[in-house]
Amino acid sequence: MMIGGPSVRPISSSRPWTFYALGGLFAAYLLFLYGPMLVIYILSFQGENGGVTFPMVGTSTVWFQEIIKPGQMANIPISFGRSISLAAVVSCITVVFAVSAGLGFRRNFPGSGFVFYMAVASLVMPGLLVGFGIGLGFRFLGLPTSLFTSALGAQLTWTLPFGLFAMFAVVNRFNRSWEEAAADLGASSWQRLRYVTLPILLPGILGVAMGAFTLSYDEYARTTLTVGPLNTLPLEIYALISSATSPTLFAIGTLTTVASFTIITITLIAVFRMQRRRTLAGLKVG
Amino acid sequence: MDPRFDVELVAVTKRYGGTLAVDNVSLRIPHASYCCLLGPSGCGKTTTLRMIAGHEAITGGDILINGQNVSDLPPVARGTAMMFQSYALFPHLNCLDNVAFSLKMRGVAKAERHERARDFLKLVHMQDYALRLPAQLSGGQQQRVALARALITHPKVLLLDEPLSALDPFLRIKVREELKRLQRELQITFIHVTHSQDEAMAMADLMVVMEDGVIRQSGAPREVFERPVNPFIARFIGGHNVLPGPGGPIAIRADRCRLGIPGNGPFVSGRVSVVEYQGTMVRVALTTEPGDEISALVPDDQFHRQPVEPGDAATLVWSEHDVHHMAQA
Repeated sequence: MMIGGPSVRPISSSRPWTFYALGGLFAAYLLFLYGPMLVIYILSFQGENGGVTFPMVGTSTVWFQEIIKPGQMANIPISFGRSISLAAVVSCITVVFAVSAGLGFRRNFPGSGFVFYMAVASLVMPGLLVGFGIGLGFRFLGLPTSLFTSALGAQLTWTLPFGLFAMFAVVNRFNRSWEEAAADLGASSWQRLRYVTLPILLPGILGVAMGAFTLSYDEYARTTLTVGPLNTLPLEIYALISSATSPTLFAIGTLTTVASFTIITITLIAVFRMQRRRTLAGLKVG
Repeated sequence: MDPRFDVELVAVTKRYGGTLAVDNVSLRIPHASYCCLLGPSGCGKTTTLRMIAGHEAITGGDILINGQNVSDLPPVARGTAMMFQSYALFPHLNCLDNVAFSLKMRGVAKAERHERARDFLKLVHMQDYALRLPAQLSGGQQQRVALARALITHPKVLLLDEPLSALDPFLRIKVREELKRLQRELQITFIHVTHSQDEAMAMADLMVVMEDGVIRQSGAPREVFERPVNPFIARFIGGHNVLPGPGGPIAIRADRCRLGIPGNGPFVSGRVSVVEYQGTMVRVALTTEPGDEISALVPDDQFHRQPVEPGDAATLVWSEHDVHHMAQA
């Protein structure tokens, strides 16, 4: 019997044209996604006499030094600190409430549908209007708007529903019989939470924490009308864009990106360490 | 305290909203017996098991374990331990910590609980895997760890929810021997939920067949197999032909039917629809004139002396004393 023939091509000899077409599309997408950021990173090392566009006139780090020099950019490091601490607080509160709510929603408690749709509504509400409303409310009550009151609340209207939905996905993969097994083995409800539920959900919870942190860190719409006199970093940058244009803005972009990546990397390393430790523990005997 | 019975169910009922999952079930399980709850899916067997475990609240009735009413007690206070169908091993803990979990909850110091957990891992031959995570074990190995984790609580009653369903057929037979051996050695009651009648017949001292939330028949496997009380049991347990008889339905075991010619005894004629070679036996199924199906399990040597093929006309005969009369469904 003859297998194949001259007209039958070996299976892997060539790829169909669609492979190259879709590959090209994907490459264009990557360029669109990362190209602008790449340009910013490069231009942040612009030479002393260079401008905000190419060509590069030599290279330097003066634009980075500009940030910490007293002067126009003086507020950048301070507002960066504000943004980070606000994001940390938002992240903590979001995790506490989203995890409890995610676990709570496994039961069909009375009114769960209503609470769910309220959360959806909060997510789709235009951020600027939410901020406007909160700002107006504070003024009406005669309270000053500030970072850890009105701005915190405004950001939570955004991060809490996000955290809740993320927790739905996390909790969905949680096998109910883990908790039943724990109860069977004598764990009280606190022990169940402490030794079974939370450790199993931990990677997902870290994800929610990181997500909430990021959402808060670059939030603009809800914060702008609720933050009071002291700006967060995105507000500060926005103010700079409208007043001054120099490669310093790019330097700020590069630095904040480095900061974000550092935080993400630390979190990921923590997660990998945890998993690695468990796997290694297994390999010692196996 | 009544030491004769490890578990007693008294008119136990479970209702989910309007649906009745378990209806007025009463059952007594003698001390140190292997009890199989058997039935098609949705018959209420798993719900019954979960009510005994305390993972499901009962709507009515009482559950007694070792003579004590445990209906309102939490799972841990009942003296039961459950092995879940999915095993439910904690994925973030290694085998040793999984098995030691109940001791940790009771505040037993680390060294002691690990030592005792090792003993129980040894009992199920998993001592070499103590530091592995569940994800690094095969299904059969996970099951052994789950078993050790349940047994370390020294339960009076071990509850097993379809423990063999995730295993391949060879392993299944090995594990069922092992479970049975363990039950004999530990002298405690095992309640084992299954939908496989083979499994139940092979393992049970007490076989409980459920349908639609009620117990249709309970007794020793031999009693259930030889004297099914109604057509449902006869069909579910397998190996029986159910035919209409003069005073209600009758059951005739397929292995008591023979291919033959109409004589003085009872017989049914029809056309051969299926011939299935099963090794030691050959199953021959006939479709009769009214459209009923009836089959015979013929020893292979007998079959091959006078083979038949699908489409042939044939007659099944049996003797009068193999006829078992049953109540109407």
